[in-house]
Amino acid sequence: MKMLELRDICKTYAQGKLEVPVLRNITLSVEEGEYLAIMGPSGSGKTTLMNIIGCLDSPTSGEYLLAGEDLARQNDKRLSQVRLGSIGFVFQNFYLLPRQSALENVALPLLYAGVRKRQRLEIAHSALERVGLGDRAHFKPTQLSGGQCQRVAIARAIVNDPKVLLADEPTGALDTASGEQIMEIFQRLNDEGVTIVMITHEADIARHAHRTLHLRDGQLVDGPLRPVPAVQEDLEDGSVPGEEAQLP
Amino acid sequence: MIENIRLSFQGIWSHKLRSVLTMLGIIIGIAAIISIVSTIKGTNEQIKQNLIGAGNNVVQVQLYHTDYDYTYEVGNEGIPAGVPVVSDDVFDAVLALDHVESAALYNRRIDYNNAFYFGNNQLNGCEVYGVDNGYFSTCGFVVRAGRSFVPSDLSAFRPVALVDRDTAKALFEGEDPVGQTIEFNGVALVVVGVVDKDTRFDPVMETVDDYYTYMQQESSGKVFVPKSIWPSLFAYDEPLELAVRADSPEAMSLVGRDAAELMNTGVTNENIVYRAEDTMQTVKDLQDLSNATNQQLIWIASISLLVGGIGVMNIMLVSVTERTREIGLKKALGARKSRILWQFLTEAAVLTSLGGLLGVGAGVGLAELISRITQAPVALSVPFMLLAVVFSMAIGILFGLLPSIQAANLNPIDALRHE
Repeated sequence: MKMLELRDICKTYAQGKLEVPVLRNITLSVEEGEYLAIMGPSGSGKTTLMNIIGCLDSPTSGEYLLAGEDLARQNDKRLSQVRLGSIGFVFQNFYLLPRQSALENVALPLLYAGVRKRQRLEIAHSALERVGLGDRAHFKPTQLSGGQCQRVAIARAIVNDPKVLLADEPTGALDTASGEQIMEIFQRLNDEGVTIVMITHEADIARHAHRTLHLRDGQLVDGPLRPVPAVQEDLEDGSVPGEEAQLP
Repeated sequence: MIENIRLSFQGIWSHKLRSVLTMLGIIIGIAAIISIVSTIKGTNEQIKQNLIGAGNNVVQVQLYHTDYDYTYEVGNEGIPAGVPVVSDDVFDAVLALDHVESAALYNRRIDYNNAFYFGNNQLNGCEVYGVDNGYFSTCGFVVRAGRSFVPSDLSAFRPVALVDRDTAKALFEGEDPVGQTIEFNGVALVVVGVVDKDTRFDPVMETVDDYYTYMQQESSGKVFVPKSIWPSLFAYDEPLELAVRADSPEAMSLVGRDAAELMNTGVTNENIVYRAEDTMQTVKDLQDLSNATNQQLIWIASISLLVGGIGVMNIMLVSVTERTREIGLKKALGARKSRILWQFLTEAAVLTSLGGLLGVGAGVGLAELISRITQAPVALSVPFMLLAVVFSMAIGILFGLLPSIQAANLNPIDALRHE
């Protein structure tokens, strides 16, 4: 069964009178249980593509089906429901709420889903256990390392049992060892049947996926035209490995 | 909702100084209004107490001129034609009225022609009452010295008298009045006791105006004689007055009106009529006057609330900008617009409600302070305090609306990218 299906997706941003095409005729499909990596340099449109897949943005034209449902032109209410129930996000900078404990952060989507408090905390706790942080449930994000923060963020993403896990540079802000840990967790989740779409510009990370697609200037291309050393890409992205980025 | 309130408190607590400064406008406004309202209420209570007395609930039904608003004074104007002595049937009918606890008929004169003498001491302008013992219990007089009248005083036409404290002081100048003989209009009267109002209630007076408002009916002193010897001092068949005690201050107007109506049945003189002084109406008139002046102060204090509300809006707008990424994240996690809207509305409402609570506290303190400094009476109203807190909450919701809508309409992508 096809989990994601994108047909002729175009996205154009208007900058004043100028129309800037960001995505051009993207067509791709992802099977249920697949583990896909999308690679591309900065400005290739990979974040925009992920926003569209994640229902944070709508395409200018084209069709987008998630589990068979056309989501290209849905209202905000329906898209919120899809984000809540079918999609889990993992961001490069974790985006945890700094004043809430790990457990409360993980339980947040359950709050939006209208789960009762007792149950909320139970489910959130088991999600934390799935990423190996059952013993850190009451720590604040400031008391956790970057890798642990990202694992909390993953627990938050899977707490609602989403159909698709979307990860945008999940290891971008982490050192190599923590990054490997994250990849192990992704691998385990995928083995459990979670469909994963991961965006990265590191070939080492993309290697973990079953399939890798390359994005260049808003178009899918067959392979990397010009392999670039990973270290240089890190600097280009402006992020420092191991840096803890949190919400204010 | 509970989660929202919890989050709001967390947010307020983490920005203590900012929250307090934001609340300041609300605190000041509510404090001002609470203290003003407490003072108004206190003044009103005082007016009521001053006029009604301490729980006496006694209404006097007296003869009034129909064409102008003064009592008919038998002492000056003579015995009127067409006003029969109130019959026992009428008196029984008065006693049978609803809300009537007791009643007494009595004679009364202010006699400026004759004075009371004790030795060389002389007291002019006394109010002389011809009463039975029912009068004292109805009007709440108690015997302070000597004895009250006994039935045989009345039946045996004994020339005895009771004096009130003012008369005792003025006429006897420190000597014990009991047993002394005083002279009035050629009649010797033996003083058997001193009476006084049970709860001697002194109206609180701060100005000369207060004095005229509360004391206009008072005279230099009172002397009571048995009703039966009245004709020997003055004349037969003088019109009687009625004192009637109602069971509550609220019933006073009604009881007074009904009693006056009963007493008017036999009156054929068109120029005078029995009428009860409507104390409650006087109270209301005076209260309305004091309310009218103070209401303007409330409007002025409300401006502070408006300014406070705008301050809340300002801070909420800053807060929305500050937390743009948090809003973006929550939207990405599936939070609906309405949830973001409610989160910020709740925060604004909690902030201003807290301000309202603090304002009520400050207002109570301020009211106490005002009463200490100016001697003005203060009465606190709990329902009004609740209203003030609810009103502060409404201000929060009103002025939090714009920032909340702004937050709810943020685009999640832009919000997540916001630095």
